[in-house]
Amino acid sequence: MTLHIDISEETFGSILSKAFGNTAFVAGFVITLLILAMAVVSYAWTPYDVTKLVISDKTQAPSLAHWFGTDHFGRDILSMVMVGARNSIAVALVAVGIGMGVGVPLGAFAAARGGLVDEALMRLNDLVFAFPALLSAIMITAIFGPGAVNAIIAIGIFNIPVFARVARAGALAIWPREFILAARAAGKSSTQITIEHVLPNIATLLLVQGTIQFALGILAEAGLSYLGLGAQPPMPSWGRMLFDAQTRMVVAPWMAIFPGMAIVVAVLGLNLLGDGIADILDPKSRRQR
Amino acid sequence: MTAYLLKRLAIAIATLVLASMVVFAVLEILPGDPARLMLGMNASADQVELLRNQMGLNAPLAWRYLHWTGGLLSLDFGRSYTYSVPVIDLVRERLAVSLPLALIALALSTLIAIPVGLFSASRRGRAGDTISMGAAQLGVAVPNFWFALMLIYVFAVWLRLVPAGGFPGWSAGVWPALKSLLLPALALALPQAAILARVTRSALIEVLNEDYIRTARAKGLPYRAVLWRHALRNAMIPVLTILGLQFAFLLAGTIIIENVFYLPGLGRLVFQAITQRDLIVVESVVMLLVAAVIAVNLLVDLSYAVVDPRLRSRQ
Repeated sequence: MTLHIDISEETFGSILSKAFGNTAFVAGFVITLLILAMAVVSYAWTPYDVTKLVISDKTQAPSLAHWFGTDHFGRDILSMVMVGARNSIAVALVAVGIGMGVGVPLGAFAAARGGLVDEALMRLNDLVFAFPALLSAIMITAIFGPGAVNAIIAIGIFNIPVFARVARAGALAIWPREFILAARAAGKSSTQITIEHVLPNIATLLLVQGTIQFALGILAEAGLSYLGLGAQPPMPSWGRMLFDAQTRMVVAPWMAIFPGMAIVVAVLGLNLLGDGIADILDPKSRRQR
Repeated sequence: MTAYLLKRLAIAIATLVLASMVVFAVLEILPGDPARLMLGMNASADQVELLRNQMGLNAPLAWRYLHWTGGLLSLDFGRSYTYSVPVIDLVRERLAVSLPLALIALALSTLIAIPVGLFSASRRGRAGDTISMGAAQLGVAVPNFWFALMLIYVFAVWLRLVPAGGFPGWSAGVWPALKSLLLPALALALPQAAILARVTRSALIEVLNEDYIRTARAKGLPYRAVLWRHALRNAMIPVLTILGLQFAFLLAGTIIIENVFYLPGLGRLVFQAITQRDLIVVESVVMLLVAAVIAVNLLVDLSYAVVDPRLRSRQ
């Protein structure tokens, strides 16, 4: 069919074998899978019911019965961390979806058109980048009310210019290539060329950026929840758990330690995964490492 | 060169004007009547209407926008609805906390990141590189407010070396004030330092592959001199870009960190103003932060020309 597909088919096996030899990729893949599994399992089973308050068990230190201890309402922290993973993953993933869904077409369009359209879109990008993302996310959630859905929108909006920029830069590098010229000579429109040739060629670039934004989304969601602007109780969220822990640091430090470690592990896993993918698929970055 | 500078300046001003329109428009659609908020729920409709007129809330939209931007330019930000003091006084007072905090954090992060990046790049692929980049990878993943909680636990609760939060004010003396900014600055700096160290390393590695580095080595310059004088200077452009971008993160980061440490800074002011619907404070502080971000990015653009003489002669 088209040239780029032939190339990727030819090297698919070698990519796979390279992937398993890449420490960052394997570690990132395993960690990400574990976090995802934890969220999925939490739908079917958690050690304790996170909605049930057992005041007699409040602020217990980690033990065999409660591996991560209990909070000020006697809820099991491990169970809350498991259920909280759902919230973090859902918010960050949908926010990445919004960013990609809007940003990639915008960036690809700017690259295909060039000229004034390109200039205008890039200046619009500058405008969004002038607002500290977290500040604006706080404003958005404060205007429309706190909650997981508004947190998704707030984080998603700031993913748009990021993906637009990456898609544009990637597409600009593809457009001068010979197979694009060939497609043009064959009479394809710039929209057709973008969909059939440009997008498949920048897919890995977008995948890498996607994992980075996924990780940043988890951090941003935790920040918003910490300020009380994310998911609302009784739905457990990692950021909210840290907020509850803050005033109880002296009596129950585990309330802060474990949710925070969950964030670190999830973000670390995704970043490693992104680094690994970039390493495997980009020979230039491989040489530098 | 002049043309390049003028273009950057024009873009910065245009971005600032557009940003002011966005901020103004967003706050227009925000629910809640400031006059009603100030007078309380028991005030009569007439009283509210009178105050609305006094506050200029009933004037036409375009007039209010021009009035507001004119005020911003002459540093007359209006009066806070909740504090009943001029916003500029609030900002000045809070900036005395936030600015030193951001600057200390920026300095800390640079002081940690550049040496680590240099160390890693010069030992590429060896154990030292792997360990420091592993640490950087971990640092990027740590949310600064969680790191702040851990710092509080270790240094304030456990070792009792510094206060767990609050700010005594600069009138209490420089050292007590600085001491209460130390943990917040460290919490802000760590994730930034991790990112900066990674960027410094990869920029250096790229430069170290260049021919002129080999030439410098071949003419007998010691490795250390080549690294500091030739490689680091040439690697500065990506490092400066990230530093500029990080400034925006740092400003926003202070919102959360100031909440963790109960610091009376700009971030805490804007957060409280948002929740209290003190619009005039929100729009002034947000515009101030946006202007700061744009100004820093412009400075970064200009500093490229200082660092890289090639850009100076280019049109």
